[in-house]
Amino acid sequence: MASPADILTIPLDDWVNTVVRDWLVPNFRPAFRAMQWPITQVLQGLEWVLQTTPMLVFTVLLALVAWRTAGRGVAIFTLVSLAFIDMIGLWPQTMTTLAMIVTAVFFCTIIGVPVGILAASSDRFQSFIRPVLDIMQTIPSFVYLVPIVMLFGVGMVPGIIATIIFALPPIIRLTNLGIRNVRGDLIEAGHAFGATRWQMLVEIQFPLALRTVMAGLNQTLMLALSMAVIAALIGAGGLGLVVNTGLGRLDVGGATAGGVGIVIIAIILDRITQALGEKRAPGHVTLWSTIRGYFSRPAAEPAGEPERAG
Amino acid sequence: MATKISVSNAFKIFGDNPGAAVELLKSGASKNDIQEKTGQIVGVQNTSFEVKEGEIFVVMGLSGSGKSTLVRMINGLIPATDGKIMIEGSDIASCSRQQLRDIRRRKVAMVFQHFALLPHKTVADNVAFGLKIKGMGAAERRKKAEEALAQVGLESWADSYPDELSGGMQQRVGLARGIATEAEILLMDEPFSALDPLIRRDMQEELLELQRSLKKTIVFITHDLNEALILGDHIAIMKDGRFVQVGSAEEIVGQPADDYVAAFTADIDRSRVFTAGSVAAPAEAIDLRSGGARDAIERMQALGRDALYVTDGERIAGAVTYRDLTAAAREDDGAALKEALISDYPAASRTTQLFELYPLAQSGLPIALVSRRGRLEGVVSPEAVFAKLAGSEEEAA
Repeated sequence: MASPADILTIPLDDWVNTVVRDWLVPNFRPAFRAMQWPITQVLQGLEWVLQTTPMLVFTVLLALVAWRTAGRGVAIFTLVSLAFIDMIGLWPQTMTTLAMIVTAVFFCTIIGVPVGILAASSDRFQSFIRPVLDIMQTIPSFVYLVPIVMLFGVGMVPGIIATIIFALPPIIRLTNLGIRNVRGDLIEAGHAFGATRWQMLVEIQFPLALRTVMAGLNQTLMLALSMAVIAALIGAGGLGLVVNTGLGRLDVGGATAGGVGIVIIAIILDRITQALGEKRAPGHVTLWSTIRGYFSRPAAEPAGEPERAG
Repeated sequence: MATKISVSNAFKIFGDNPGAAVELLKSGASKNDIQEKTGQIVGVQNTSFEVKEGEIFVVMGLSGSGKSTLVRMINGLIPATDGKIMIEGSDIASCSRQQLRDIRRRKVAMVFQHFALLPHKTVADNVAFGLKIKGMGAAERRKKAEEALAQVGLESWADSYPDELSGGMQQRVGLARGIATEAEILLMDEPFSALDPLIRRDMQEELLELQRSLKKTIVFITHDLNEALILGDHIAIMKDGRFVQVGSAEEIVGQPADDYVAAFTADIDRSRVFTAGSVAAPAEAIDLRSGGARDAIERMQALGRDALYVTDGERIAGAVTYRDLTAAAREDDGAALKEALISDYPAASRTTQLFELYPLAQSGLPIALVSRRGRLEGVVSPEAVFAKLAGSEEEAA
C-alpha cells in the first residue's frame, strides 16, 4: 500500500532532539537554572517552617483554619486524618509534599492570575493563550519530564516546575472566565463614574470574579497534588517518593500508605479552598463583621457625642 | 439660567460603516431604508436639545427608540458618530480620555435601570464609590456617603449589603451614589422601571422632593409617559432615534405633534397634566364699592352665569349667586349685595392640578383662582374642567 511516508518522512524526533539537546540546553541552561532561584527560596522557607513546626501544633492550626472556613465536620476530619498520617509514620514526607504543593500553587497563582486578567482584557491574547493551555493540559507529563531534567537537573525544584506546567491552566482559564462574566451594567457603572482600568479591575472586576478565581485555585491545587507521584520520578521527595518506592519493590502496603497520605491532604485542602470560594460570595456576613458587631453597638452610644462635638 | 447640556445634530450609527449611513440620513433616508441598504443600525439620528440648569428633561420612548443610547452619549459611554455634545462647555465627542474621565468624575453622575450596585460592597461603600474613584480619603468619603444616604432616608442601612435591601431601597442607594459625587448633572436611565408600580410612585415623589433642595440638572429616561408627565419640566418623545416632539407636559398632551404622540397621550390621566390656569375664564367680578345687587344681576345675565365673585378693592370679598341675589334685590339695593355674600367660596391657584379641583366643585360655585397676594386671577367653572378632561379645546378656552 502506498502511503504519504513513501514520498516524505519527517524526522520530528530528530528535530526536537537537535533543538533541545544541541541548542536549548547548551545555550540556555544557565538562564533556566536562574529561574529556579525564586522557587528554591520559597520552597526552602516553607519546608523549614513545616518540618520544624511540631506535628501537634500544625494539626491544631490546620484544624482551626478548617473550622473557620469549612465548618466543624472538616475540622474534625483534619484532626483525625492528620493524626492517622502521623501514626502510619509518614509525617515528614507529608510535610515535604505539602511544601512542594503549596510552592507550586503559589507560583501558579502569581503567574496564572495576571495572565488570566490579561486574557480577559484582550480577545487576541485569549485566542493565543487558549491553544497553549490546551497543550499544557493534554500533553502527557512524561514528555516534558526529560527536557526539564536536561534544563533544570533533578530534585525538588524541577519537580515543582513540572507541577506548575501541569497545574497552571485552570487558574488562568477561570480567572479569565470570572472577569469576563462580571455583569455588564456593573462595568458600565464603573465607566460612568470615571474609573481607570486599574480601578475597574481592583474595585469591580477582580472582587466579583474572586469566587470563580477561587474555584480555579481549587482545581490547580488538585492537579498539583495529582502530580506528586510523577514529580517524584525526577527527584522530588515526599509522599510521591513513598509511592514510587513501593511501586519499584512491589511493596503494595508502602505504596498504599503513600497514596492514602496524598488523598488525605487532597481532601483537606480541597474542602478548605472550596469553602474559601463560597465564603467570598458577595454580600455575606464575614467572621470579622460578626466579631465587630459584638463590640460596636454598645460602644457606639457613649462614643457618639464627643464625635459630633469634634 | 445657564445651559448645562447641549446636544446638537447628534448621530449614533451601530455598524462598520457609520459615515455612509450618516450621509444617507442627512439626505433624508429612513432608519429602515438604511438598515436594508447598508446593514447599519441607526441608534440616534439628528437629535438636538438643550437642558438648562436645575431642569428635569425627560426623554420618553419605547424600547428600541434610542433613548438609552442617547443618554449614554451624553457622558460618552457610547461615543457619538457625528454631532456635538457639550457639557458645561466641554465637548464630549472630541475630548481626551483623561478629560472624559474627569467629566464623569466631577460633572455627570448616572443612575441605572437595574441599580448596578456592587454586591461585594456595603451600602455606604457603594454610595462612596464615585468618591473613591475620585481619590477621596476614607473618612471624608464615609461622611459624604452618610450624608447622601440620609437624604434618601437610608442612613441606618449604611453597613448592610445591597442584596439585603428591597428593590426600591436599592434604587435609593443608586440615587444616593449619584448625589454623593456632587456632580451637578444626573443621568437617570429608566431608574424606576424595574420597581413595583406603588413603589415607583413613591420614588417619583421622592425624586421631586429631593430635586426641590438639590436642584440638579437631570436627564431622565423612561418608557412610561405618565412618569414623564409627572417629572418632566420638558419632555421629549422619541421614536426611531429621533425626537418627535419636545415640550412641556401640557403641550404634549394638549397639542400632540402627530398621531404617534396622540396615541400615547390618549389614555393619559389628563387631570394630572393640566392645571386650573389652563381652564380658567377671565376674572369677571363686581366691586363692592362701585356696584350694587342690581348691577351684579345684570352682569350675570349678560355673562350667562349664575354666580359671580365680588371683590373689595384688590381682595376677594366672596361670591354671590343669582338666586340669592334676585330674592334679596327686591328690598334695599345697597346692602343686599353684602348680605348675599358667600364668604366660604372654593379657591385654588393657577398651578393647582385639575384632579385637585374635584372636591371644590361640590359647592356648586365656580372655583376662584387666587394669586398669592389674594387677588382674583380667574374663575373655573366645573363645565370647563370636564371639557378639558374630554379633550375638547374649543369649549375649554
